[in-house]
Amino acid sequence: MEFNQLLVILATAIAAATPLVFACIGETITERAGVINLSAEGTVMLCAMVGFVVAKATESVWLGFVGATVIGALIALIVAYGTITLKQSQIAIGFVLALLCSDLSAYLGNPYVRIPGPTVPPAFPIPILQDIPLIGPLFFREGDVLVYAGYVLIAATWVYFYRTRGGLTLRAVGEQPAAAFARGHNVVALRYAYTLIGGALMGIAGAAFSLDFKAGWSYRHTAGYGWIALAIVIFGGWNPLRAALGAYLFGILQSLASVAQSAIPDVPTQAFTVAPFVLMILVLVLTSGDWLDRLLSYLPVSARRSLSRALRTAPPAALGRPFEQD
Amino acid sequence: MLYRVGAFVISLVLIGLVVVLSGASPITVIGRMLSGAFGTADQIGRVVATLSPLLLCAAGLVYTFNAGLYNLGVEGQITFGAIAATLVLRLLHPEGASASLAPPPLTIALAIVAGGIGGVLWGLLAGALHVYGRISEIFAGLGLNFAATGIAIYLIFGPWKRPGVASLSGTQPFDESLWLGTFGQTEATPVALILGLIALAITIVVMRNTYFGLRLRAVGKNLRASYVLGVPARRQLLSAFFICGLFAGVAGALQVVGVFHRLIPNISSNLGFLGLLVVMLVNFDPRWILPVAFFFSALNIGSLQLPLSLGLESSLSGVIQGLLVLFALIGRGLAQRYGRKLEH
Repeated sequence: MEFNQLLVILATAIAAATPLVFACIGETITERAGVINLSAEGTVMLCAMVGFVVAKATESVWLGFVGATVIGALIALIVAYGTITLKQSQIAIGFVLALLCSDLSAYLGNPYVRIPGPTVPPAFPIPILQDIPLIGPLFFREGDVLVYAGYVLIAATWVYFYRTRGGLTLRAVGEQPAAAFARGHNVVALRYAYTLIGGALMGIAGAAFSLDFKAGWSYRHTAGYGWIALAIVIFGGWNPLRAALGAYLFGILQSLASVAQSAIPDVPTQAFTVAPFVLMILVLVLTSGDWLDRLLSYLPVSARRSLSRALRTAPPAALGRPFEQD
Repeated sequence: MLYRVGAFVISLVLIGLVVVLSGASPITVIGRMLSGAFGTADQIGRVVATLSPLLLCAAGLVYTFNAGLYNLGVEGQITFGAIAATLVLRLLHPEGASASLAPPPLTIALAIVAGGIGGVLWGLLAGALHVYGRISEIFAGLGLNFAATGIAIYLIFGPWKRPGVASLSGTQPFDESLWLGTFGQTEATPVALILGLIALAITIVVMRNTYFGLRLRAVGKNLRASYVLGVPARRQLLSAFFICGLFAGVAGALQVVGVFHRLIPNISSNLGFLGLLVVMLVNFDPRWILPVAFFFSALNIGSLQLPLSLGLESSLSGVIQGLLVLFALIGRGLAQRYGRKLEH
């Protein structure tokens, strides 16, 4: 295979991972504030359906995205109300919503199965940037509006997380809500806000499937992607940059899988979709037990600290716990 | 109480709204679902065939839920149980052989035992990842679900593929001598129903009347405190995974010998997730499992009529189940938050 051909395949895979990027960044933001939105699978699927139906009815792709965003935020609002205000288990509420919204998408989306609909305008290269060797052809030639919006989102989230006061507060709310509250921050309101923002981004992810990268609607159109997004967030150690990297890596893995499919026809493609989950478990085993520290203790002290920081993926300390204001 | 009833009424209104939104009349839909679930002996048989493994899964999940665990890996435990059962059936009755190496009833019994062992292995794997690897049981379980399905698909397309062409419709069906006997011509098998009821009865007794059940609840309520007070918390958590895996694995084996008579990719038929909904709806109390599981099974079978007669999607059963459980949770939360204020 010629090198340029390979570049095009990789670039297409990177572009196709865009919906996952949106979902992963959304979930990362929510989890960083201390709330697990386990409904991702259902949210992405229902929003894919709603986005398609709205776009079809209004003949406008962008209104489709608006509709999906609103529904994604609404589902997140149920998560927020049930878990933050009513203090029910985040797992229980999220899990029920994951199943409920998937079934709702299948039931209500039934009349829209396999009909043509509007799609996002075609890909265009970005001038100047596309001429950077390697980076240009990989990232700035095969993308459309959403792909480039994804890059901006990743960068903006990273800057917000680690370079702004708001981001510092966001992380504090997820790590030490009591301390953040004592400093005068409204923990409840902030958790609501970040859960809604995360849900809205998952909604965009859904519409990005049905209006762009997997255009159209069918029964369980985005099956599996929500769970994969949840896995990638852990894989990315709750860091937006690493989560996005995980999403792109998954996209590349998937397209390599279909290449491998033709080489080893005995193994069906479905077997390859298992890969991210096995990887997730391995990453969790490697990074959450105490034996990473034991392994690192054989290294010189100077290397130990930076390696530990690079590898350790501790979840936000208050993740999954309701905030009790005394 | 007021809040719970209120939440229940809201969920009914929303279910009606969803039905109206799809352009159908709720009354017609209720009628079709009722006749779809109980119209003929065959349909009642299918309800019972769904109920039996559901009872097993729900009973198993009572242990993990009471230990404070969300065993989302139950699907994988069913799947791996089914894989283990299929393995034993294939060993004892090799493909193309005219008779099995052991008498068919013994072969079936061994397959069910193998299913239990397979489920236990998969359950303990999630348990070990949680207890020793300090990984959230939710993500360990979800990951293992996909891994089990991956293994099943690999086997169906690889080593166990049908002679001729491999397909997602599953492995070659087993010899009819290895099919579990049924009630008359229906799909329901007495063995599966009895196993389901026994599992549920044992669970009710264990949770109410034994020291083991008490310790399990103690661990679930406050892991740290129960450990400090001398409850062997790790062993308690692992036994919850063990029992849940056992029941789910048996359910998987029953899906193979009783329902599908072969291994298919979605052998669990999402019964594990349905079991989670059932146990959440009854607030982890096993005494209410039987009626709720029966109702949910009837919804599943009844909704299969909708595409044929009304052109609606059969996922309506999932929508109903999901809304009922969601609003039960919200009702519980409302009662906890505002109910107490009224008392004071």
